[in-house]
Amino acid sequence: MWDYLVQERADIAFGAYQHTSLVVQCVVLATVLAFALAVLVTRVPRLEGVANAVSAIGLTLPSFALLGFLLPLLSLGTGPAVAAVTFYAVLPILRNAVVGLQGVDRTLLESARGMGMDPVSTLVRVQLPLAWPVILAGVRTSTQMTMGVAAIAAIVLGPGLGTYIFSGLEQIGSANALHSALVGTVGVVVLALVLDLLLLLFGRLTTSKGIRV
Amino acid sequence: MNDHSQQHPDGVSGVDLELKDVTKKYAGQQTPAVDGLSLHIPAGEIVMFVGPSGCGKTTSLKMINRLIEPTSGTITIDGEDVRSQKVDDLRRHIGYVIQGGSLFPHMTVAQNIALVPGLLGWDKKKADERVDELLDLVSLDAGRYRDRYPRELSGGQQQRVGVARGLAADPPVVLMDEPFGAVDPITRQRLQDELMSIQSELGKTIVCVTHDIDEAIKLGDRICILQEGARVAQYDTPANILAAPADEFVEDFVGAGSSLKQLTLARVSDVELSPWTTVTVGESSRDALARAEQAGHSSVVVLDSRKRPRGWTWLRDLRAAETVPEPRTDEILGVDRRATLNDALDDMLTSSHGAAIVTGRRDEFLGVVDFATVTQQIQDAGEAAEREAAGTA
Repeated sequence: MWDYLVQERADIAFGAYQHTSLVVQCVVLATVLAFALAVLVTRVPRLEGVANAVSAIGLTLPSFALLGFLLPLLSLGTGPAVAAVTFYAVLPILRNAVVGLQGVDRTLLESARGMGMDPVSTLVRVQLPLAWPVILAGVRTSTQMTMGVAAIAAIVLGPGLGTYIFSGLEQIGSANALHSALVGTVGVVVLALVLDLLLLLFGRLTTSKGIRV
Repeated sequence: MNDHSQQHPDGVSGVDLELKDVTKKYAGQQTPAVDGLSLHIPAGEIVMFVGPSGCGKTTSLKMINRLIEPTSGTITIDGEDVRSQKVDDLRRHIGYVIQGGSLFPHMTVAQNIALVPGLLGWDKKKADERVDELLDLVSLDAGRYRDRYPRELSGGQQQRVGVARGLAADPPVVLMDEPFGAVDPITRQRLQDELMSIQSELGKTIVCVTHDIDEAIKLGDRICILQEGARVAQYDTPANILAAPADEFVEDFVGAGSSLKQLTLARVSDVELSPWTTVTVGESSRDALARAEQAGHSSVVVLDSRKRPRGWTWLRDLRAAETVPEPRTDEILGVDRRATLNDALDDMLTSSHGAAIVTGRRDEFLGVVDFATVTQQIQDAGEAAEREAAGTA
């Protein structure tokens, strides 16, 4: 095993980097999308049911199947991987952002309006900072989940550590099959833990001391 | 006092406020929430909107800063229609104080107060100075509280910051919606006193909603008693409303024994204050003791460097220390000179020194009122009220 790691270290490191890069970029994109959707949903009450249904059903959709659907549209490679990872990343963030935004005390919003804050600054300076801890919890869930989705995305030749899992499975019986699968699986878990820790730290730095628990 | 207020020579910085035939009808409701309300609110006065819940008093208040848009009618501030300017501009020039202070929990005290000045584009230095000035006005030590978050403050302190925030951009008109509803009775009385003290300094036009008739009598230059649909049952000074309720509704609302309630109209400033031995934090105990013994007092009032009363101290406690010790709490004691005699009595009973400390502008020590003086005054007022009642009956 050790020999395998030493021998493949450059490739493994590159795979890990690509895996992280894919997840981080997709989660950032998903956070922006989910926040925008959440703002829309909280403004138009009728959309709330729709949003909840979509995120509930979306999560039951097997990522394998989704990638299959995306294949004819986006062909092989990074395209379908980004689309699938972002899709899954949006769901928990959207749900939390809706809850977070709705959880902001209405009297605070009225107070903001009563002082002459326009809707945009009320959103950016009052609602977003107050909903931030809840949104960030969604981002953390999302990151954990999409780590796994990104691994599956290797089936459509997406970048990252998933390649090791699939090549391991394909070569069962050969010398390095187990090593390869283990590197992929354990690597994903380790990356997920590291990213979660970083997000925790990021949360501490970006949450106002006045609302920290 | 400061360069932001356009103070009149007579100390009034408020402006006239006029409601003309203002009606608010919500879709799907038979009767309007506010039905043709017309009211003139003179510059520099506190007008209390009081009435049972659901009478439309809060709706009426919120139409002034257009949080609720009237269905018909006009509201003018200093002769200018509120609908003639952009709604955010309008609101930035009207103070708004609501129950509990409604501070933004993720912002510090200073950020909360500097919010409207920031929206108005003040530079940072001017806004910072204003924050300190306002904290001082509401009796909070700026150095100590500026950078705290709301959750680190008591309810009363939060409400003080709420008032400071409402006054931040020195608006001529301030709207208050049940401002002291969320604090305990003793803190409420103290906050009411402070508001009166601030008002005597600033002379704003203040419209304040309350459901508490006693609060209305205490704070209001005028009281507007509203009944369902915000129809004015009576709009007059507290004294006139108590002496001559317009109808049965007002009589019921003001409550039985309104001649007794007139006692709450008597203010501490109506009675003579007695001097008392005061000592300043940090001064030599020996000098302080000498003064107290000469005056024949068994306790002294401890003042801080700004002459604000911070506590009573018995002489025996003074003897134990070299210099007058720093008080243990931030609390400032006493009642404002505009407080009612009832408040002064309450204060005496809780202080157990047989006298209440009276404070003036910015909580400076003025003197004390003792038990005998207050009871005498209440007796005199009671007799006068009775004579009057007998005369009109």
